[in-house]
Order: sequence, then C-alpha cells, then structure tokens
Amino acid sequence: MCVVCGCNADPNSGHDPVQTKDLVATDAALESPNGDLHYGAGAARLSMPGLSQARVIHMEADVLGENQRLAVRNRAHFAAHGVTALNLVSSPGSGKTTLLCASISALKARRPDLSVAVIEGDQQTSVDADRIRATGAPAIQVNTGRGCHLDAQMVGDAFARLDLHAVAHHSHAGRALLFIENVGNLVCPALWDLGEAAKVVVLSVTEGEDKPLKYPEMFAAATLMLINKIDLLPYVSFDVVRCIEYAQRVNPGIEVLLVSATRGDGMGDWLAWLLPLRADKHRRTAPRRFKQNTASELLSRTAGLTR
Amino acid sequence: MHELSLAGGILCMVEAAAAREHFLRVAKLRLEVGALAGVEPQALRFALAAMISGTCLEGGEITIDEVPGSARCLHCSTNVEIASYIEPCSICGSYALQATGGTGLRVVDLLVFND
Repeated sequence: MCVVCGCNADPNSGHDPVQTKDLVATDAALESPNGDLHYGAGAARLSMPGLSQARVIHMEADVLGENQRLAVRNRAHFAAHGVTALNLVSSPGSGKTTLLCASISALKARRPDLSVAVIEGDQQTSVDADRIRATGAPAIQVNTGRGCHLDAQMVGDAFARLDLHAVAHHSHAGRALLFIENVGNLVCPALWDLGEAAKVVVLSVTEGEDKPLKYPEMFAAATLMLINKIDLLPYVSFDVVRCIEYAQRVNPGIEVLLVSATRGDGMGDWLAWLLPLRADKHRRTAPRRFKQNTASELLSRTAGLTR
Repeated sequence: MHELSLAGGILCMVEAAAAREHFLRVAKLRLEVGALAGVEPQALRFALAAMISGTCLEGGEITIDEVPGSARCLHCSTNVEIASYIEPCSICGSYALQATGGTGLRVVDLLVFND
C-alpha cells in the first residue's frame, strides 16, 4: 500500500506507491510522480515546520578511532619516557615467550644498562608472565578473558603498572625496551594498534611456509618477520625461500630474520635489529632492510643448518 | 572473532551519538567495510545482531557497504583495485603493492528518530 495516499496502485499505473522505507524527514513534503505534495507522511501523520521525526546523522568515523586515540597516547607516553615498544604477534605455539626469555638474557649480557620489561597477553593464566619474571625482567600479565587480542587501553593500563618510566628516568641510557607479547592469534591483533614502534610477526618452521598467504593482514602490518625454530629445519618440510617470497608478496618492505630461540642461532642478528633502540633516532642508522638478503644468505649466517 | 569487539565499538559510538544528538532510536545504520580491513561483514552483522537488543539500535536496519581495496603499484606506478593483500598488480603482475584504500571500517551515517 502507498503510505502517502493509501492507494493500492499498481506500480505500472503511473502512480508509484510510496513505501515506508522512502520516508526520511517529515517536515519536508513528499512529491508524487504527478507533482502532488503530501505532508504529514511520517509516523505522526502531522507536519510540524522545523521538526523532523527522522534525521540523518553523518558520522564518517573510524570504528577503531577510539583505540587509535589511545594508541597515539601510548606512543607519546612511550616516547616521552624513552621506551621502545615492540608488539610481538604470532599464532599460538610459535615460541614467542621462549624467544623473549632468550632475548632478555642476551640483552642483559650485551646491554646491562638497558631496562627490559614485558606485557604478556593471553586469554587465561599467568604462566607466561611467570616465565618472564624468572629471567629477572618485570612482567605484567594481561588476561583478555574471551578477547582475542590486546587493545591500546589494556597496554596503557599495564604500562602504568610496570613503572618503566621511573626506571627510564634512573637508568644511565634513559632508554628502555618494552616487549608486548600479544595473544597467540594471527588474525585479530593485526587490527589493533597498541602504540608500538613496530609489529614483529613470529612464524615457526613447524607451521608451514604458506602462513603469510593464509593470514595476509598480519604479515602486511608487520615490520619484521622472525622465522623461529630453525634448529628444526632438518626435520620438517618448510621452504624458507618460499616463505620469505610469500611474506614479501603481501608486504614488499617486510624485513626477515631467521632464529632459533632454544639453540641461539640468529640471535645476534635479532639483537642487531633491536639495538640501537628505535627510539634512539640519532644513534640508529638508516632502517635496516634485509629484503635484499636472500634466504640462503640468511641461512648461511646461521650455523650448521642443512635442508 | 574480533568482529565482536568491533561491534561493541560501533555500539559505543552510536550510543555516544545518541547522548550527543538526543535521539532515541536508530532506524538505519550504515557501515563501510574495506576489503583490506580484515573484517568479515557477515561475522560483523552476526555480532551486531547479538548485541543490539535493548539498545537504541534494536530493530534498526544495518547496511554494510563493502568497499574494494586499492593499492599503488611500486613497480609500474599504477593505482589498481585489489581484493586482498595476496593479489598482484593487475597491470604488470608485480607484488610490490602499497595499500592506499579500503583498509578501514567506518560508521558512515545513521537515520534516527526522536521517539
């Protein structure tokens, strides 16, 4: 039925019935195809000049805008306190926590003046934070409950508890490194900026070289891909060359390093990537681009690997 | 299932707009999802449907416009349309693409009622 005049006109009769979905603002008149004006076509059946029952509100707003605002605040907070934050993302079981424990020990040996802290994201338990604390580094566990990723608010709240800024004020270099270990998930954490200097995606050789194509958003968002567990290369069918090619397909600028957190291969390259810290702009040389390095060069740098 | 978090974000934005603009009911919510946003429109619709009962969005129509991804080819300098990050340049076949559009999720507008 036409909601303007109540007729049951056939759409082919020359009078197009006006449907409810066509009603927007009711202070304006609706015009029939024959030029007649119909007022009071809204639910109230009454026209009031200046009063509209329905109106359009233009938002044009990014849904992640609030997270982005908090991420910008985190970034400023980190910068003000000389903290370089890295967001480590991967699927569950790629060895992020083992890599962090090994990195903390190696950094302690190489840069004893550097403060290192960790924010651990998991759905449940504080197992990972306990492992980090066992190395002597401060860690805060963030349990997301059913959430599949960390967001900027969680990281801001956790950072406030870490008191890294007090450490940063007192350490000689005035610099600190904050590792944020995201929830093990190759999908969701790609979307949430936490205020980090860079995302580091960890991919282990037991997962398959096609992960960059299967989860392109994450690899597109990452600055560095760490291929972990390379000590297992002789035992699994993982094509390093193809993996790097796939990662560069979704992200032409992605840097790549090969490591074994348990055996120590490639840890020197990883520390060289971490230091000088990204916040130390005046000390840091031009961005390191490993993209020209072929996989074989990377492999030859890691000892005793045969495929 | 990050669409649940995103749906929560959308709901917060709409409720903040309701407080600011003094409306009680949303008849129509229009969203825009980019092909490169990492958001599954169907999952988002499902998450919204699960969350909106008892809110000003209840009973409202939700439209999700899907925007194609766009990228600039670093090899041939052409602007091309892509459906995902794994696609090559449709002109020269290079994978050296830089995403330039279709990467976001936005609330475009609302059709609202005061009653």
